[in-house]
Amino acid sequence: MKLKEITEILSLRPLTPAVGLEREVSGAYVGDLLSDVMANAGEGNLWITLQTHVNIVAVAVFKNLSAIVIVNGRMPDSDTMDKAVSEDIPILLTGKSAFETAGKLYQILNAQNLQG
Amino acid sequence: MKIDKTYEGSFHIVGGDFSHAGEASTELKTILLSAGVEDEFVRRVAIATFEAEMNIMIYATAGILRYTISPEEIRIIAEDMGPGIENIELAMQEGYSTAPDWVREMGWGAGMGLPNMKKNADTFRIDSVVGEGTKVEMIIRR
Ligand SMILES: Nc1ncnc2c1ncn2[C@@H]1O[C@H](COP(=O)(O)OP(=O)(O)OP(=O)(O)O)[C@@H](O)[C@H]1O
Ligand SMILES: [Mg+2]
Repeated sequence: MKLKEITEILSLRPLTPAVGLEREVSGAYVGDLLSDVMANAGEGNLWITLQTHVNIVAVAVFKNLSAIVIVNGRMPDSDTMDKAVSEDIPILLTGKSAFETAGKLYQILNAQNLQG
Repeated sequence: MKIDKTYEGSFHIVGGDFSHAGEASTELKTILLSAGVEDEFVRRVAIATFEAEMNIMIYATAGILRYTISPEEIRIIAEDMGPGIENIELAMQEGYSTAPDWVREMGWGAGMGLPNMKKNADTFRIDSVVGEGTKVEMIIRR
């Protein structure tokens, strides 16, 4: 499913409008430990996290993740934002928790798999 | 595919300097991509290097990351001046971490960095002297 559709359905707020959302999402991974995400996230995954430090962008780049969703209404600093734009990684924000975000996304992706 | 000679280079890493975190690995990734090597190989190198870079930044005073790229492999040596590791076997265990709270707040400290390096490398070697420093040597083959 396209990131753009997911952004709309989950009402995610793009923090980096300059970064396009026309990319395919292969699935998702939830995690706040960077080395765990480096070990276990899959290529093209959406990464759901509460981390906001600039290091998250490097993790997303090295793992070829499709986007980072920052939960719980957290706001990354401008460093993270600038880096995300320069590395072409979309950052999306939500006031919802990781549980709600992942749960909803799981439903959407599953429903699509059943149709397709 | 077009690597026909050996490339060498190095990066200096300063302990605690988180604003530059990931720069060495990013630059190495760019070098490899421009040399036209496979994505999967680049990914393994980037992950292993990033973990090594972060450990120097988190635990050591300063360090140097050296690389040698040849047609069939890359050799990475991450050497630091720092506290060293008392029990390497313990440090290699997944989940073992002495990362302080301020580092954990940024998402490091899962105790998975060294295991990640080992997993992504074909050859992995770590030597450490308490009070002097640590040296990680990795070879990743294409
Ligand atoms: N260069 C180093 N100098 C001193 N101690 C180190 C060094 N590298 C690792 N260690 C020790 O080994 C432990 C395990 O390292 P490892 O990279 O596996 O996990 P971590 O850094 O604690 O967490 P993570 O890498 O998952 O964010 C560290 O917590 C630290 O005690
Ligand atoms: Mg580590």
